[in-house]
Amino acid sequence: MNLVESLNRQLEPNPNIPDLRPGDTVRVHALIVEGERERVQVFHGTVIRVQTGGAGANFTVRRIASHGIGVERTFLFYSPRIEKVEVTRRAKVRRSRLYFLRDRRGKSARLKERRTN
Amino acid sequence: MKGILGKKVGMTQIFNAAGESIPVTVIEAGPCWVTQVKTAERDGYDAVQLGFEEVRSARLTRGELGHLGQLKTDEQHPQRRELANSVPALRYLREFRLKLDEVPAEGDQITVDVFVEGERVDVVGISKGRGFAGTIKRHGFHRQPKTHGQSDRTRTTGSIGGTTGVGHVFKGKRMAGRMGNDRVTVQNVEVALVDPKRNLLAVRGGVPGPKGGLVMIKVARKQG
Repeated sequence: MNLVESLNRQLEPNPNIPDLRPGDTVRVHALIVEGERERVQVFHGTVIRVQTGGAGANFTVRRIASHGIGVERTFLFYSPRIEKVEVTRRAKVRRSRLYFLRDRRGKSARLKERRTN
Repeated sequence: MKGILGKKVGMTQIFNAAGESIPVTVIEAGPCWVTQVKTAERDGYDAVQLGFEEVRSARLTRGELGHLGQLKTDEQHPQRRELANSVPALRYLREFRLKLDEVPAEGDQITVDVFVEGERVDVVGISKGRGFAGTIKRHGFHRQPKTHGQSDRTRTTGSIGGTTGVGHVFKGKRMAGRMGNDRVTVQNVEVALVDPKRNLLAVRGGVPGPKGGLVMIKVARKQG
């Protein structure tokens, strides 16, 4: 084990982030700096990518903002600046990177819900 | 004595107190031994020579071992070098020029805890060799058009000088050639992390050289 790995192992994942999978619809409560103050901003959308591996592990959430503009934001799993992640829905998907959603809008951009018991 | 030798291990990112992610280069620094103290009166300048990375003594020449005080004085060699404290066989020896207000003794050990987090340092390394590189990579020249009738010269140099009025190419004209494998210093980088237990030092940003390359770390010349 080299020193980089030993540093990476020392990291503790943010306990407020549950296991996420592509297709999950999530509400990410992230701290943002606004002028002098910090406040929590909620980013609500679909997880289209989960990247693992070391300190840079991250997930990308896509949402449709006003005027149908797609907005994507990537969050780090180890970031202490995420207050909470709520999973509101899990979808059945067959691939790990849902980039095809970028080319779709409206009805065709829906994902089928995954039934879990 | 503020300065240490180390080995570049690789890069990762860490989070600071504000929760920001910081890119860092991890360096396995020290322990180092003072192998020689040079003074202005004897050597013409002040410097401290440090040694790094223990190796089997068979890996060194007799000359190197003698310099490290590992050979015993005997009848044929009445005056072999002796250090105040003994040092192991060391692979690398490098000199740090400095004004000696606190003179270390030869044989002293130096560990990463000479540095503290938040301090500014200069890091010296040998950059990765790029071989024979063209002018675009080596000097940042622009490439030529790919279209408009061009077919075979997008990455070649353009004109290198005047015609008969000048009659020669100016000295120092930037052309293709060997690139990299040079001594490079990155100045004024922040020490992000110090862990004496693991001989670990992390500095913010990149550091010249390949993984496993030797780096020298010293106090920044230009603070701020």
